[in-house]
Amino acid sequence: MSFLIDSGIMVTSQVLFFGFGWLFFMRKLFKDYEVRQYVVQVVFSVTFAFSCTMFELIIFEILGVLNSSSRYFHWKLNLCVILLVLVFMVPFYIGYFIVSNIRLLHRQRLLFACVVWLTFMYFFWKLGDPFPILSPKHGILSIEQLISRVGVIGVTLMALLSGFGAVNCPYTYMSYFLRNVTDADILALERRLLQTIDMIISKKKRMAMAHRTMFQRGEVHNKPTGFWGIIKSVTTSAPGSENLSLIQQEVDALEELSRQLFLETADLHATKERIEYSKTFQGKYFNFLGYFFSIYCVWKIFMATINIVFDRVGKTDPVTRGIEITVNYLGIQFDVKFWSQHISFILVGIIIVTSIRGLLITLTKFFYAISSSKSSNVIVLLLAQIMGMYFVSSVLLIRMSMPPEYRTIITEVLGELQFNFYHRWFDVIFLVSFSTFTPFTSTKMSSSSSPAASAGPPFSICKHRL
Amino acid sequence: MAALDRVKVLVLGDSGVGKSSLVHLLCQNQVLGNPSWTVGCSVDVRIHDYKEGTPEEKTYYIELWDVGGSVGSASSVKSTRAVFYNSVNGIILVHDLTNKKSSQNLYRWSLEALNRDVAPTGVLVTNGDYDREQFADNQIPLLVIGTKLDQIPETKRNEVLTRTAFLAEDFNAEEINLDCTNPRYLAAGSSNAVKLSRFFDKVIEKRYLSRDGNQIPGFPDRKRFGGGTLKSLHYD
Repeated sequence: MSFLIDSGIMVTSQVLFFGFGWLFFMRKLFKDYEVRQYVVQVVFSVTFAFSCTMFELIIFEILGVLNSSSRYFHWKLNLCVILLVLVFMVPFYIGYFIVSNIRLLHRQRLLFACVVWLTFMYFFWKLGDPFPILSPKHGILSIEQLISRVGVIGVTLMALLSGFGAVNCPYTYMSYFLRNVTDADILALERRLLQTIDMIISKKKRMAMAHRTMFQRGEVHNKPTGFWGIIKSVTTSAPGSENLSLIQQEVDALEELSRQLFLETADLHATKERIEYSKTFQGKYFNFLGYFFSIYCVWKIFMATINIVFDRVGKTDPVTRGIEITVNYLGIQFDVKFWSQHISFILVGIIIVTSIRGLLITLTKFFYAISSSKSSNVIVLLLAQIMGMYFVSSVLLIRMSMPPEYRTIITEVLGELQFNFYHRWFDVIFLVSFSTFTPFTSTKMSSSSSPAASAGPPFSICKHRL
Repeated sequence: MAALDRVKVLVLGDSGVGKSSLVHLLCQNQVLGNPSWTVGCSVDVRIHDYKEGTPEEKTYYIELWDVGGSVGSASSVKSTRAVFYNSVNGIILVHDLTNKKSSQNLYRWSLEALNRDVAPTGVLVTNGDYDREQFADNQIPLLVIGTKLDQIPETKRNEVLTRTAFLAEDFNAEEINLDCTNPRYLAAGSSNAVKLSRFFDKVIEKRYLSRDGNQIPGFPDRKRFGGGTLKSLHYD
């Protein structure tokens, strides 16, 4: 009986998550596009719903809600479903939509989609070979095999995003890095932009007039075709056409300049708005947070380096260690069991919420930057895949932050994965991504310290792609 | 050296609807081979004969300013774009016939260009933040062009064309539906070419001829920098 009630609660919450994913898709992701294939929206929402259910089960584990055996059952069920979705459904649909875009293969879409999926499976399987993630006594097609590979990909993604966030967040939050921009700077740059465009216009007017007079005089400008045409064009060429090609080159150069000026002006406007924002209360609050965050990032980098250099993996989680310290060193006595449950619930809850929110925001920004009306379906499905893998591996890694009595269910359900390997791998990739992103951001900082730099910073091209 | 007078026409619309292809077709009479994303603003020039075939025929330069971007851009990008909206004589609104949202966004585009201070709303409400009053006293001629006509199957064509007819009526503008990769839609003598020609004539009339037919002298309008003195520009 209680099993039925528990299942009822789980199903309701899954439906809620599905609805949330649906709304998010409609309102945020596909704001400017028309949803023509509802399959995409359904697949995205399903991935989101089942990923969130896993987090919900962890919370239930800590709080002791629901029957323990029904929790275990739902864990297993949820894991099977999400692995099915991530390994079979989403890649197949990605292949299907890619193939639909190519006109040549349009007829036998299904066939080619299956071919693409089989290639994906092959590489996915090969991924597991170089990593010591599995003890050899498991069979070929078991949950552990699939989840270990999904875990590797997901952990890599998490570490990349964390590294990027560790570099980017202090830069974005703290106003220390903001350079001073005055209205006069902006006006000067806008004036240069308009002057450049005027020059382009006057050159294009000359070219248009020249074309028109040539057309009216009957000298239609033919491109040299064929062998003899090319030979002839070497010796004789209309004087007008040489002039025109020279002007065309000048126009191309000026157009490139106008693009750079536009991007710089947009940058200046953005900086000016950030300066105004930093003077408000919200801005000051975020600035303050930024300092704390930077300290936290430095500590994380330090810990990651130590873990790798000294080849150790942390054994205790922060909650238990914190309680130990307060009890042993500060001598404060309190009900350890009660508090450890609540504190770990809060800590794990914060981690889950911030990682979901952070991922959704990053995915949305990414989607706006690179999608077009043709590729929007494929990109959304790719993002759903990334999201699913990210959430699965955060379940793997979150195990480390929980006290031992709550870890058992994850260990039971996921089988005998080498969890230590994942933590080590996370630290390595985190350090690698951090050291890769730091030089980019520092060049951005140094080149933007002079207001009217002649060459735009490399990242703004991606940022302002219109 | 521009010996002829000039008018400035903006070409606005969402990303990917085909503005660059359209401008290329209008100015070079050729199909654009490799369209790529427009960053900032790209300009092209078309020579137009005002009142062709009559004794009052006069040639003008029409500058087509193709402004890239989307209505939902960051406000810093919008402020930068606003620089291009100065002293505009006509606006061409481009939308994609296969994408309804691009047609709905045209209201916001036109408001952005005409008012230059639209507060960005998170959720698009169709006709909710669009006020006919604002278009009633609008002096700038508008033209609505729908692209990718060839991608609409024959069965749906009527429905789509009815919808766009309503759209054009809202703007009090003419409408043209075409495919930018096929020059025959704008072939000389076709109804589309006539509508286009009439639009450009209207733009020129509004700019250069006052109501009683007297010609306004065409001095270069440098009203951009807050009413500064007319100086010749130094080209460096």
